[in-house]
Amino acid sequence: MSQYHAIVVGAGFTGVAIAHDLALRGFRVTVVERGPIANGTSGRTHGLLHSGARYAVNDQESAIECIQENQILRLIVPDAIEPNGGLFIAVDESDLEYREKFIQGCEECKIPIRELTPKEALRIEPNLNPKLLTAFTVPDGTFDPLRLALAFAATAKSNGAVFHLYTDVVDLLTDGQGNIKGVKVWNRAADKRFEIEGDIVVNATGAWVGQITSMAGIRVPIAPTPGVMVAYDKRLTQRAINRLNKPGDGDIVLPQRRMMVVGTTSFSIEDPDYVPVLPDHVALMIERGSELIPALRQTKERGAYMATRPLIGSGAPGRSISRTFKAYDHKETDNVEGLVTITGGKATTLRLMAEKTVDLVCKKLGVNVPCTTAETPLISYRKFYVD
Amino acid sequence: MSEEKWTVNFVVYRKKGEGAPHYQTFTLEVSPEEYVIDGVERIWAFHDRSLVFAHACHHSTCGACGMRVNGVEKLTCITRIRDVTSNGGTLRIEPLRNFPVISDLVVDMSRLYVGMDKVHAPAVHPLSMAPLEGEGIKPPREVPMDDGKEYLRLADCIECGLCISACPVAGTAEEYLGPAVLAAAQLQGLGRAPDLTAVVDCVDGVWRCHSAYECTAVCPSSVDPGWRIMDLRRQVLAQRIRRWFGGA
Repeated sequence: MSQYHAIVVGAGFTGVAIAHDLALRGFRVTVVERGPIANGTSGRTHGLLHSGARYAVNDQESAIECIQENQILRLIVPDAIEPNGGLFIAVDESDLEYREKFIQGCEECKIPIRELTPKEALRIEPNLNPKLLTAFTVPDGTFDPLRLALAFAATAKSNGAVFHLYTDVVDLLTDGQGNIKGVKVWNRAADKRFEIEGDIVVNATGAWVGQITSMAGIRVPIAPTPGVMVAYDKRLTQRAINRLNKPGDGDIVLPQRRMMVVGTTSFSIEDPDYVPVLPDHVALMIERGSELIPALRQTKERGAYMATRPLIGSGAPGRSISRTFKAYDHKETDNVEGLVTITGGKATTLRLMAEKTVDLVCKKLGVNVPCTTAETPLISYRKFYVD
Repeated sequence: MSEEKWTVNFVVYRKKGEGAPHYQTFTLEVSPEEYVIDGVERIWAFHDRSLVFAHACHHSTCGACGMRVNGVEKLTCITRIRDVTSNGGTLRIEPLRNFPVISDLVVDMSRLYVGMDKVHAPAVHPLSMAPLEGEGIKPPREVPMDDGKEYLRLADCIECGLCISACPVAGTAEEYLGPAVLAAAQLQGLGRAPDLTAVVDCVDGVWRCHSAYECTAVCPSSVDPGWRIMDLRRQVLAQRIRRWFGGA
């Protein structure tokens, strides 16, 4: 088989999962990333391995993707996951009104849930709001964002993928007729500029996809949508705690190592390169988070940060946009050959995003090799650094 | 949070390729409540796109953003500017010591990862193996998970390398396993993992430590490697004594 060379731009969740999938399917793979692994949105996720229940009412496509990928990630990358489950809890009447829709949505999406009495819920998680009205168990988990990404990157590397970190894409190489033949890069660590030629360029830069496509004169409908997350200095539950209601600000509180993380807000920006942590958003997180776990109020803030989700669509307010993803073949959308863009989605669905993107790349290049990432356990994340 | 603004001089270590290292000053207006990594990221975003620095989670779960701040090892995502300088003051930002510098603020930490691999440090513990005693965060023992399995928890050590940078011995002994690695061996216990004895009972293992406890002082993640190294020595000695009396 002639070996095609794929250049992946971006080493966040999508980029590393694509590099892994491409390498498994026999491609020669080069990854170009302007920072270290997972330095943008991916590293800054709160780390919820979604059961899908959060989306089971409003966005069932995302919910079904989540529950399926949740089960797969537990098996292929156990090193990065606290698989302790989650709870959805109702603390007021409006939450209770959501109960029926929630049960129906989870059933339709095949998300296994079980209703607990308030007493049962407080017995397994004594720090929950004692006024809670009902609770459901869901198969959530917590993941370590960097190590999840590193496990994909390490496995890709062991299968031959080459990573250029701290390397910016400064332009796209073209064949003179507007078709993409590779990338011009600037390695900032060595302060060296060079060109990399490839058969296909995969733009996996998440909220930043527009910066790459604009080099080819292409616009993609992406809405960079940041939200704040706040980490607190004590672990107060074993499970991820979700508000039983439609998605909203500060409706997820999850444990991670010795911390609790509360997220998130949602607003729009133009340039995702630097997003300030807004103090009123931080205040809102403690407000909303303590409605679920009152002891958060007595807990010290440990860190506060912003992450910018890449939501597909433009103009619409953040919460109403689907959390699913889309791969664009720019030959079809803009008559530019050699460039594929993947964006949208969420951390829990990184493997699936890669599968669909690489399916598209394979179809374009006439490569007939099936995806095997769902059955392939990843190697230790440490192997990214240790040969 | 207040609207208070400070002016702070970030004096940043710079190094590219084979070029000579130097320091470059960036004067920033910051909120004292911001974290040091926010300032470093703003230098990259608004002042100098050639700056190379590492970061990922911004909430102390990944260990990527370790740097020396005014000479002390810090995880910069949880280090508030208010706690390390004053209005009009200076923040000297340097890469970790005892690792090769890749560029600017980024070091090659393979030394640490090789060691963690050598002692098979688990990234995820059963809760009963995690050192949480006295933290009040154990679930009630009588409540198993839904499927009867034990709770699992990501290890406390985030492999940030601060302990190796702060260790006065790690600088002179390149082969020294170092605090994080020895702590990971202690956590597993030589009784449970006897094959680790040969790895740690050697000149570059537990006996190299000079008990400076700098590792414990800088650890951002409550691992307490200094105490764990001392305990590991006790475990090694106990094994030797058992052997002298004919035990396994």
